[in-house]
Amino acid sequence: MSIVTTERLAALAEQITAKAAGAVTGSTIAFGELNIEARADQIVPLLTLLKDDADFQFQQLIELCGVDYPERPLRFDVVYLLLSLTKNLRLRIKVQTDEDTAVPSVTGVYPNADWCERETFDMYGVFFSGHPDLRRILTDYGFHGHPLRKDFPMTGYVEVRYDDSLKRVVYEPVKITEYRAFDFLSPWEGAQYALPGDEKAKV
Amino acid sequence: MADDMTPLPTVVSAEADVALVTETKVRKFNINFGPQHPAAHGVLRLVLELDGEVVERVDPHIGLLHRGTEKLIEARTYLQNTPYFDRLDYVAPMNQEHAFVLAIEKMLGLAVPKRAQLIRVLFSEIGRILSHLLNVTTQAMDVGALTPPLWGFEQREKLMVFYERACGARLHANYFRPGGVHQDLPEALIADIDAWCVAFPNYMRDMDDLITGNRIFKQRNVDIGVVTRQEALDWGFSGVMVRGSGIAWDLRRNQPYECYDELEFDIPLGKNGDCYDRYLCRMEEMRQSVRIMRQCVAKLAETPGPVMTEDYKVVPPRRADMKRSMEALIHHFKLYTEGFHVPAGEVYACVEAPKGEFGVFLVADGSNKPYRCKIRAPGFHHLQSMDWMNRGHMLADVSAILGSLDIVFGEVDR
Repeated sequence: MSIVTTERLAALAEQITAKAAGAVTGSTIAFGELNIEARADQIVPLLTLLKDDADFQFQQLIELCGVDYPERPLRFDVVYLLLSLTKNLRLRIKVQTDEDTAVPSVTGVYPNADWCERETFDMYGVFFSGHPDLRRILTDYGFHGHPLRKDFPMTGYVEVRYDDSLKRVVYEPVKITEYRAFDFLSPWEGAQYALPGDEKAKV
Repeated sequence: MADDMTPLPTVVSAEADVALVTETKVRKFNINFGPQHPAAHGVLRLVLELDGEVVERVDPHIGLLHRGTEKLIEARTYLQNTPYFDRLDYVAPMNQEHAFVLAIEKMLGLAVPKRAQLIRVLFSEIGRILSHLLNVTTQAMDVGALTPPLWGFEQREKLMVFYERACGARLHANYFRPGGVHQDLPEALIADIDAWCVAFPNYMRDMDDLITGNRIFKQRNVDIGVVTRQEALDWGFSGVMVRGSGIAWDLRRNQPYECYDELEFDIPLGKNGDCYDRYLCRMEEMRQSVRIMRQCVAKLAETPGPVMTEDYKVVPPRRADMKRSMEALIHHFKLYTEGFHVPAGEVYACVEAPKGEFGVFLVADGSNKPYRCKIRAPGFHHLQSMDWMNRGHMLADVSAILGSLDIVFGEVDR
């Protein structure tokens, strides 16, 4: 799919690490794509460098999103996908944060980060300091919780229906008791429970 | 009208009232545009702050069609997830599936047979025409022309019949699968697509006659919603939104996927970056899509062969094999219950969807379900520029600009 060689990506990673002066904590190349891990408090200078420096020229922020790893102390990844149209390169930058620590907003560097950060805040509850208008964006007015967190149930907590006698929409706690999650994982590979008839194997 | 001899009585009384009415500043007022408005292209609610008829601020409220696709995807196997992509940009369903299957194939390292690539390109271009037909004609409707959508939807109907004959569904195709496409195309369908490609330029000529030179259409679109090159870059625009501003950027050409590098097509560019240029780009892209489709049809005739990889750890075996081979039966059972496992890692795959760069950022944890699937919808990034694009324009231009952004709420809200 891509014409970018691994050597070119490795050279780019080295260049960024050298110029970013401590903002970069690591880099990996996988599936022909370059991943850069950075310090959250350095994200604004790093992206400014990547956007303005003649060696990088990443003109566009393609996407900004969160990923949740609840088992980590810094549970959230904030991922920045950059694109350079002139160099025809893509780059991914990841920073880590938790529920309380705000990540500096990059709206000053890439204006379209505005809605992306709002969405990440809405979906994960990641705060962005310096964002002009950090409101919820996709969920309902008055919504509670952050739906894309791994500990948010698939059904949510509230359901909505139109009540004909009240002549308005009413919000109620969800009535469904259990969301059916089928476990199709092979018992020989992924199962975390004792197989039926195999309970005494480890006694 | 009134002559000097008989002054109008209102003039006299107005003069008398001047002293009584104190001068007040005109108050700005807010209006709600949508969510139930024919020009809102679905369920967009715009809170407009107006000074008279001049727009001072636009606050788009989105999410009325939010279905939590990204959350649902995390609970389903890879194969069960492709149908969700049809429901994002529902006017060009297969283009979305394309990005998702490309991401999976990138992680699995699957090679797609040539014939499947051609079929994918063929149907991606059909999707592009489906989307542009809808957009161009409804944009004309937003500024007052009723005939173009009626004519355009006749052509869309024919294309949706092609979808139906390929996969059984007019809209929600679920046709692209990791490793290829679900089934081969019947010969008659390929012939009919070719016949349609021959006839379609006539329709394009009619459309040109109807709207391209139309004085009202030009009055409403030329110099409206101008996007400079720098703005297009800063705001993460892609697709027609950057090409309309004169930036030669098309993923089919710059980062070719499938067999686009073997096909001949031109990429139209706009000069002024206004709504009219974007309209012209879309019209020309449809002509180029037809050109690509005809090349695909010609190549399909000389490229027989499978339309899926033969790797039965990922793609289901043929039905006939399952009747004879125990191995095939086991594979089928495992694929449709557990599904295939994707190695841990992260990839970003994108396609040039009709509306711009549609991408999928996939995080896999090595299990049979995606750990995280971020859908990069071009419309989301385009829609947030409604604010600065509309400032200083008249209220009536809001719908013209919105129309030229090519917004579909399935993908904006996800």
